[in-house]
Amino acid sequence: MGNVQNTPHRADVGVVDSSVQHAAHAHAAPTGFIRKYIFSLDHKVIGLQYYFLALASVFTGLILSVLMRIHLVWPEWAIPGIGIIKDEQYLGLLTLHGTFMVFFVLTTAPQSGFGNYFLPIQIGAADMAFPVLNMLSFWTTFAAFIVMLGAFFTVMPIAGWTSYPTLSALPNAGSLPWGQDLWLLSIALFCAASLMGALNFITTTLDLRCKGMSLWRMPLTCWTWFVTAILGLLAFGVLLSGGLLLLLDRNAGTSFFVPGGLVVNGVQQRHEGGSPLLWQHLFWFFGHPEVYIAILPGMGVASQLLSTFSRKPIFGYRAMVFAVMAIGLLGFMVWGHHMFMSGMSPYTAFAFSLMTMAIGVPSAIKTFNWLGTMWRGKIRFYTPMLFAIGFVSLFVSGGLSGPFLAQPTLDIPLHDTFFVVAHFHLIMGVAAIFGIFAATYYWFPKMFGRMMSESLGRLHFWFTFVGTYAIFMPMHYEGMAGRPRRYGSMVVAGGLFNRLAALMPLEKFISIAAFVTAAAQLIFVINLFWSMKKGEKAPVNPWEATTLEWTIPSPPPHDNFAGNTPVVNHGPYEYSVPGVERDYVMQTDPASVHAH
Amino acid sequence: MGTLRQSVGGSGRGDNFREGGGGGERYRPGRYEPAGYYERLRRYRLAVAVLLLSVIMIFVALTSAYIVRAGMGTYDTVTHSYVYDWKPVQLPNELLLLNTLVLVLSSGTLEMARRNLNARAVTAGLTGLPGVAVEPERSAPWLGITLVLGMAFLAGQFLAWRELRSQGMFLATNPSSSFFYVLTGAHAAHLIGGLVALFYAAFATVFGKSLATRRIVVDAAGWYWHFMGALWIYIFALLHFGK
Repeated sequence: MGNVQNTPHRADVGVVDSSVQHAAHAHAAPTGFIRKYIFSLDHKVIGLQYYFLALASVFTGLILSVLMRIHLVWPEWAIPGIGIIKDEQYLGLLTLHGTFMVFFVLTTAPQSGFGNYFLPIQIGAADMAFPVLNMLSFWTTFAAFIVMLGAFFTVMPIAGWTSYPTLSALPNAGSLPWGQDLWLLSIALFCAASLMGALNFITTTLDLRCKGMSLWRMPLTCWTWFVTAILGLLAFGVLLSGGLLLLLDRNAGTSFFVPGGLVVNGVQQRHEGGSPLLWQHLFWFFGHPEVYIAILPGMGVASQLLSTFSRKPIFGYRAMVFAVMAIGLLGFMVWGHHMFMSGMSPYTAFAFSLMTMAIGVPSAIKTFNWLGTMWRGKIRFYTPMLFAIGFVSLFVSGGLSGPFLAQPTLDIPLHDTFFVVAHFHLIMGVAAIFGIFAATYYWFPKMFGRMMSESLGRLHFWFTFVGTYAIFMPMHYEGMAGRPRRYGSMVVAGGLFNRLAALMPLEKFISIAAFVTAAAQLIFVINLFWSMKKGEKAPVNPWEATTLEWTIPSPPPHDNFAGNTPVVNHGPYEYSVPGVERDYVMQTDPASVHAH
Repeated sequence: MGTLRQSVGGSGRGDNFREGGGGGERYRPGRYEPAGYYERLRRYRLAVAVLLLSVIMIFVALTSAYIVRAGMGTYDTVTHSYVYDWKPVQLPNELLLLNTLVLVLSSGTLEMARRNLNARAVTAGLTGLPGVAVEPERSAPWLGITLVLGMAFLAGQFLAWRELRSQGMFLATNPSSSFFYVLTGAHAAHLIGGLVALFYAAFATVFGKSLATRRIVVDAAGWYWHFMGALWIYIFALLHFGK
């Protein structure tokens, strides 16, 4: 923090520098319902739109996972409205579960949702750099969501969220042709929307920071949104290209990903000369950075909250920023570790393995700094803090299985088993979800002007935290026992996996844990909507935090700072500064608040 | 391009924004520019640069797929050997060279439009001096010529596709022809985006947007357009030498 304090301050005045005209907010506050809530240009409304879209997706994905758990353990159950789930429907369920969760939840809520709402406020801007583009990117995402729902309700694609050819490339190889086309169309729309969003985030961060808000005074949330936007910018274009080629393979008879000589259902395919591995390269060049797109904003939120609720400066601010950058950079060099099974040269595999394990270094730096931040702090265990600590816990638990899978010799037996399912659900799935929960409980007072219920929040946390471990820890063991992914039923007459029947009691335990955890999410929903109407009125700064969003009313006015652009004199994490009466220094406090 | 109108629009809303703002460069008072001009210019240039980065990634992905496929054999299970089956497309080189020339020329005419707008901005403040006349408005015709040349390029690409089709080279004929259509088609799609931007620039000139706004639009569209030219030369070189 020393560097931040030594920065020569440009103005030693309070919150307001009225000499700076505040004209970025080119659009006046709309009055009609449609311009205010539907086609809004306000980054806060757009952020909430993204958030509720993610909420709809997460419950869709959750229901799909419950159906999957039912089919795995009680395949004879008839689901009302669906009937008995067939194995190919199970494949459809897992495909759409993965797709909804990865794209429309983990990519949408932390970055597009909270990022849209709070990035401009935290850097002291009135809005994003390009409000119309912002609106366009939300509605493109929404269109992608609708198209994906179309795939859900017509013919479910069955090739998994990774959509590997040749299953995904041959219309007559899957169950029916339409679903996969809709999936690809939806993903293409999603890519375009994400590119627009990334453009907006990057330009906003670089160009709209208020006076005194140097890059090194940005909250870590802003840093993670910024780096995530760069990752999205570089990754989604590649997925878009790959998706275009796959769409052509399916519909125009090209052979980018389909090798020659294939016979499907007794029919010789007319494709020849393509390579399914080409798709895997293109997909994972996007897919691995995508993992960090999902988790980095959660890291930012965890950093922010651990510092705020421990009443201590974040341990190693610059190290945190450089660690985020290093993770982003390395994220582009490791895609091959998803393909150790593809027959790649051992030398290539070695290089990918080395780069992958190198990611452990910045990850460990972050974990160490989080623990260092809490160490001997005056910790306030509010619900957002519980979820932030839960994030660190899951990040460590899920992260530790990473170096196992990063080694080709271990990955080859563990590949496509439940060990991998456990790994990525803990570190990328649930950890990022915990980041979303933490952010929700933390920022809810600012977004809706009311507090959420603490007691319901704690109940929700403990159910979710214990439930998560109960679901995913046993999966490691199942994976090591050889339980494969993506199998609707393991035990069939004369089947390959009949020896796995011994795992059935464990499977049942996982399913029950999943049902309880899923049901516990209703506590969150009730808390969310009840608190919107009936929660205790929130003050301007309920958590006694330092960043700019806590200087303005809850909820913020249309143009955030009501025309008075803030002036920043302090870093974002000045808690318990010696010699200062209050135990926190707002970023906008006069520079003379403490000596440096 | 509604974005431009929304946040740059002529009512002075964008002016004076963020004078001496945080982090980046200090405001440079231009001698001839209205306040806030450089901030707006910088923001739109930044946006175009970021946009081009994502376009580059799209073509990086296609390029790597092309190179990998061109050098890759398929394993023949009958003979147990790799068969190298890449049959490069015979490019209609003369036609493509002509198209390249047209596109390069269009970059030149766009630059003429940009210079005309700059000269008008400079001379607008000097009308009182004897012997100095305001630079006449010529940006609209130059933009018009650029648009025509851009469309001529597209028509030329269409002719190239027709020529390949007449040779029996369709999208799905073989991997090489597939890549030819995908690379040129993806470029054409991006170029159409550039044409829309140029159309908006010409439109802004005709319908009396402020000079500063027109300069920014032409500048931002210009960066994109010049990049489209460079991208085409790259794709042409890749198809010609990378087979």
